[in-house]
Amino acid sequence: MKQQLVVVGNGMAGVSCVEQILKQPHNFDITIFGDETHVNYNRILLSLVLAGEKSAEEIVINDIDWYQTNGIRARLGVKIASIDRDKKVVIDENGGVTEYDKLILATGSSAFIPPIPGVDKKNVHVFRTLDDTRALLEIAQPGLKVAVIGGGLLGLEAARGLQVRGCEVTVVHLMETLMERQLDATGGDYLKRKIESLGIRVMLPQQTAALFGNGRVDGLRFASGEELEADLVVIAAGIRPNAELGRQAGLEARRGIVVNDYMETSDPHIYSVGECTEHRGQTFGLVAPLFEQGRVLASTITGNRGTAFTGASPAAKLKIMGVDIFSAGSIDESLPGVETVRYEDPSLGVYKKLLLKDNQLLGVILVGDIEDEHTYMDWMRSGTDLTPHRRQILFPPREADPGLEVAAMPDSDTICGCNGVRKGDIVQAIHAHGISTLAGLKERTRASTSCGTCTGLCEKLLRAVTPDFQEETRTTLCSCVPFSYEQLRDMIRGQKLKSVEEVLNIYGNRKGCEVCKPALSYLLDMVWCGDHEEDRSARFINDRVHANIQKDGTFSVIPRMRGGVTTPDELRRIADVADKYRVPMVKVTGSQRIDLLGIKKADLPKVWADLGMPSGQAYTKGVRMVKTCVGTEFCRFGVQDSTRAGIELERRLENLFTPHKFKMGVVGCPRNCAEATVKDLGLVGQDGSWQVVVGGAAGKSVRKADLLITVETTEQAMEASDLFFQYYRENANYLERSYDFVERLGIEKIRKETVYATEADKQKLLDRLARSKALAKDAWLEGEAPVSPTQFVQIQPIQNQPREVQTA
Amino acid sequence: MNDVREWTPITKVENIPSREGRAVTVGAAEIAIFHLENRYLTIENKCPHRGGPLCDGIVSGTTVVCPLHGRRFDLESGMAVRASEPSCVATFPTRVEDGIIFVDLGGACQVAEETAA
Repeated sequence: MKQQLVVVGNGMAGVSCVEQILKQPHNFDITIFGDETHVNYNRILLSLVLAGEKSAEEIVINDIDWYQTNGIRARLGVKIASIDRDKKVVIDENGGVTEYDKLILATGSSAFIPPIPGVDKKNVHVFRTLDDTRALLEIAQPGLKVAVIGGGLLGLEAARGLQVRGCEVTVVHLMETLMERQLDATGGDYLKRKIESLGIRVMLPQQTAALFGNGRVDGLRFASGEELEADLVVIAAGIRPNAELGRQAGLEARRGIVVNDYMETSDPHIYSVGECTEHRGQTFGLVAPLFEQGRVLASTITGNRGTAFTGASPAAKLKIMGVDIFSAGSIDESLPGVETVRYEDPSLGVYKKLLLKDNQLLGVILVGDIEDEHTYMDWMRSGTDLTPHRRQILFPPREADPGLEVAAMPDSDTICGCNGVRKGDIVQAIHAHGISTLAGLKERTRASTSCGTCTGLCEKLLRAVTPDFQEETRTTLCSCVPFSYEQLRDMIRGQKLKSVEEVLNIYGNRKGCEVCKPALSYLLDMVWCGDHEEDRSARFINDRVHANIQKDGTFSVIPRMRGGVTTPDELRRIADVADKYRVPMVKVTGSQRIDLLGIKKADLPKVWADLGMPSGQAYTKGVRMVKTCVGTEFCRFGVQDSTRAGIELERRLENLFTPHKFKMGVVGCPRNCAEATVKDLGLVGQDGSWQVVVGGAAGKSVRKADLLITVETTEQAMEASDLFFQYYRENANYLERSYDFVERLGIEKIRKETVYATEADKQKLLDRLARSKALAKDAWLEGEAPVSPTQFVQIQPIQNQPREVQTA
Repeated sequence: MNDVREWTPITKVENIPSREGRAVTVGAAEIAIFHLENRYLTIENKCPHRGGPLCDGIVSGTTVVCPLHGRRFDLESGMAVRASEPSCVATFPTRVEDGIIFVDLGGACQVAEETAA
């Protein structure tokens, strides 16, 4: 006869406990009651759903198949109203009675709603469940004024999520310090600055006295009398354990339902895990200790009572991209015998504080640099004597052997706190399934699929354990707009963003910097094939005046000389310009062109007009030139007309922008006189064919180009060039030269997606290139039609007589 | 402290595009005027590092980045932003009246000079 096990609560703690029970021999018939209508999902990730980084489906932990496969009755949307301990039954809201032999209470917690007048108004929400999240998403839209009450972990994550949706968000916090339970005043200040730099307003200390509005909320009134307009209010003022069910049944309960070290309540048939549970006077709200409770209870309930839950030192990490915050242990420095060790660098935004007692680590706060969190957690848990580490305690030496850190961890150490995956589980999975990528590891173990903060550790483990670990590259553009290039391209396309300002206002810190602004300019130009709102202020000076700035603030002018071929007329005009503007140096460049150095900004339009030649784009991340040899026209050895092909290639691609500068070469025979094999793109003439080579370099690094394809006709060579060129434009990161790009992706992948792609896919690449080309124009035409009246003109002061004005 | 400011009229507001800077030579002084959302800020147009034209830099919030080597200065205080590169540029009080930008060229920021010493 099977025993009836009833679990009240279908959240992360309860279901994770059931998962642990299933791993052991047991004799249970399991029923899970959940008051939400959803299967078990990862509540920690709701902020990512809010921010649009994950869908609701992606955060499901146990889908409905899991319940069926394991023979678990899932009673979703059913709330348990009471427990009759004498009859050993639970009674649901509709009067349904379910018998139990063993009962697990995993009722979790609810959002605490402070008793403020007006919290019942429309558009006042909490942020606790998937339904709450969906409700917020329905209201959220660009420009909506949102007030988030509460500056803790959840409040800040909700604020960022809504801000990414384009809302104008203000965080209102009762205390003087954000996340005051995890941070001290200084750490809170650093956090505040970071949050503000993302474009979120922070008001503290600010006590909300009332929410006003006629039916629907219009704003907040503070105790100080000030008011804040708000179309939407999100309350994230903390959580309350749902202990009522247990309390009413007569179980011992204080803040939560009281359990001993084996997760047993005062009733021998009833157990409790999760946020509703109180252990040694403490309740827990973070996921790692809750999973630990589940493991302990699984042992207890399956007849292996012995493993004890001994509590956990609190550890918290903020899940906002670009804002690194870690806090663990005790941060109370007023305790007797506690020493603090501190480091801060305001410009870098880094703050570290360690609390020590008797040379052991008691607590840690890390802001801006959380690289060493595992070392500190390890020291804290193991009570390591830090005497030998004291001199380097703020910057523990990074292990020269990258595997050492993970090697030093015991198998029982939790790597992924969100999903309760331990080091031993990961190592076992890697061996058992031959995993060699992070993606594979994620799929198999769920490690690093949630908040992603253990990604680094998972990669270290993979690197240490797997002989053929393949790293994934995913770098964020910049802390102003901390997303990867892939994400940014999607956001720009998906949200139809047409200007740098829009991107920064919605996804960034509203300011941008010299790193991200030019990169975003490029992405917008590429995504919209030139049909975007160009913002000159977001571009480097070279791209504002179409010349290359020199060390003395003057500019260099290099006209286009296609294929390195010129005429006596052009040379005469160049000589005349050099005389007329007293050009300090005329130089033949390595690209078969002529450089006029030392031109004043104000002279640029006149110089261009006098030259009567188009821009050579020598100042920008764009198509530079095609270097050629004389080929069949004059050379005794030439087998292909490299000069003509080079000029044609240059005409096809000139005036376009690229992730980094793009240089080409065409040679008429394999002697390679114009060095085509060390260019971003080269055509190497052979008898009856062309080799198209890509990813060559002869700059900071030297690299021989890879062969993309060999083709028979010049026309085919042009098409292959177009395909690679556009593919590089669309897929390289900004400032990634073609040689790094080719190495990163591998030439085989590039071949498959360009020259060996389906005709339809090739045509799409070519169409987008053609659209860009149709809108591209010679930048030097702005000499005649400047984009602003002072683009080149030196401003002259209106008059030289100062006017005296009395100051107040 | 100056009781009287000598406001020199410089140029029309529309001559300085949003989030860009422009250089103006007034007598012996070369200044760079920047246009930030509805206000104008003026600093000396010379990076103390290698003399770069700050007017040509990219604006980031209330800072400008020198186009030559990336030194960053706060337009309000004139101070270098990175503590590792201590230096500063002079700032000049700036106001707008009837669409004309006025700069007090005598009012070079004293804080900046003291810090530079």
